[in-house]
Amino acid sequence: MEQRVSEPLAKKPSALRGQADTIAFVVMVAALIVAPFFTYPLFLMQAMCFALFACAFNLLIGYVGLLSFGHALYFGWASYLSAYAAKAWGFTPELAILTGTATAALLGLLAGALAIRRQGIYFAMITLALAQMMYFFALQAKFTGGEDGIQGVPRGHLFGVIDLRDEMAMYIVVLVIFLAGFLFIYRIIHSPFGEVLKAIRENETRAISLGYKTDRYKLVAFVLSATLAGVAGSTKAIVLQLASLTDVNWPMSGEVVLMTLVGGLGTIFGPIVGSFVILIMQYKLAAVGEWVLVIQGVIFVACVLLFRRGIIGELANWLRIRL
Amino acid sequence: MFEIFGIPSSALFGQLLIGLINGSFYALLSLGLAVIFGMLNIINFSHGAQYMMGAFTAYLLLKYSGLGYWPALIVAPLLVGITGVIVERLFLQWLYKLDHLYGLLLTFGLALIIEGVARNELGSAGLPYVLPEALQGGRNLGFMFLPNYRAWVIVASATICFGTWFVIERTRLGAYLRAATENPTLVRAFGINVPRMITLTYGFGVALAAFAGVMAAPIYNVSPQMGSDLIIVVFAVVVIGGMGSILGAILTGFGLGVIEGLTKVFFPEASNTVIFVIMAIVLLVRPAGLFGRRA
Repeated sequence: MEQRVSEPLAKKPSALRGQADTIAFVVMVAALIVAPFFTYPLFLMQAMCFALFACAFNLLIGYVGLLSFGHALYFGWASYLSAYAAKAWGFTPELAILTGTATAALLGLLAGALAIRRQGIYFAMITLALAQMMYFFALQAKFTGGEDGIQGVPRGHLFGVIDLRDEMAMYIVVLVIFLAGFLFIYRIIHSPFGEVLKAIRENETRAISLGYKTDRYKLVAFVLSATLAGVAGSTKAIVLQLASLTDVNWPMSGEVVLMTLVGGLGTIFGPIVGSFVILIMQYKLAAVGEWVLVIQGVIFVACVLLFRRGIIGELANWLRIRL
Repeated sequence: MFEIFGIPSSALFGQLLIGLINGSFYALLSLGLAVIFGMLNIINFSHGAQYMMGAFTAYLLLKYSGLGYWPALIVAPLLVGITGVIVERLFLQWLYKLDHLYGLLLTFGLALIIEGVARNELGSAGLPYVLPEALQGGRNLGFMFLPNYRAWVIVASATICFGTWFVIERTRLGAYLRAATENPTLVRAFGINVPRMITLTYGFGVALAAFAGVMAAPIYNVSPQMGSDLIIVVFAVVVIGGMGSILGAILTGFGLGVIEGLTKVFFPEASNTVIFVIMAIVLLVRPAGLFGRRA
């Protein structure tokens, strides 16, 4: 038997089981409410956008067993469209975010329909190649601003009323979007639909023989993942007031894989912890320049060889609970 | 000089030649990927980085030990191949029982490390590599100008590709390799050291990438990111060709290089993306790839 991407977590049920994720969720919300009084809100908002991005990516790798190596495509293009809608068309922020999200959903539908035609390792290569193709389009298209990107995106007024130039107002909006996205993913995973996804991850052939049209399930999961990555990308463009080639290029796809791997593939809270850890590391290591790349590589190698469950996976395994 | 479809023949054949050159690199790299995947069940994401290592080794050999192009063509692949053997023993051998995806993630990490170290030590600007005397200059064929070095690259890589094909498909060693790909346990029972064969296969695949890197050094500048851009295109080539067939990998590599070259002539805006578009079309029409078998 091959060992699958996520291993069965708890061997024995524990008293905490069942409530563990509720407790963890309450702790997370409390932490995110007090955090802006202790550290830079801008950093936290950026981290929440990446956390949602990683959660969306994890929906595919962790719960369907599909490794998409091109998730920057949805994040980056949503970010471009959101920034362009807010700047050039003067959309209010919520409409700009919707525009970006719809773009990501459409791109996810097209790329997903192609990628699910092959399995395993080919799936990863196809998603990467399609993302690279769209990177070249972003590089050549006029509206993306090429190397400069779209700068100085106005944050605008939410629903035309609430001024998002105020850092706290913006923070609350991002927090609400992040939590809504997180709960939506939680709901998907624990729905009957999510159970079928996990069945496909464990044994696709058996799922097919049970009568499930697995290709349809995979495609829907892919579109959902791309859409949520789009929400993250669109919001990021409004928060940082910038959309650039960095968001759509392959190292970004690699980064979201790293965040999820560090936190724990197939754990609900893992991608969030992973993205905070990686972002903090990047800020702390900004001074060492190119060595960040080497350190990221070392973390990849270490995670794969020694630490496959990731931070939250190891913690959950140690406490014998499911997180 | 004459014109074809309103394009001067020299421009058309010039781009065709560049297409064939790119095609030789696609062929060499996708061949290496296919050989490694066959034995190790791992997609070697660090293949591009190892191609870059080959080019850099040639550059450093010339700079510090005065070893020129010809010795580097042998020494650099050998040295990089040895690092491949070390990588397989240290890291990859622990992954064979796991999901394929872990191999991809680990070699992606290695690629980041190699590229990061290269950027730190050598800077991200491209460094020029001087052509060997014997291959400078070129000849006029009447319809186009053929630089000697480019002719050499095409001939050399075609020779290496078909040599590899011959060894794998037509010799006893290749028969062992193919047998070990199908059923390693049975081949071990016949007294053949399969783990060592796996190690050497990885070393050989990596050496092929390094060989391509040395040949690329005089054409493109030697730079840390020369591999990462290339490897994604090579992945698309592999998806188009399918990794089931060695000859398929070679033909797809050369063929797509030529198509890319022609696109540069007739529709230059699409030359970066044409291979990805072809990949999408092949996925729609023949999901298993042109030479692939349905798994």
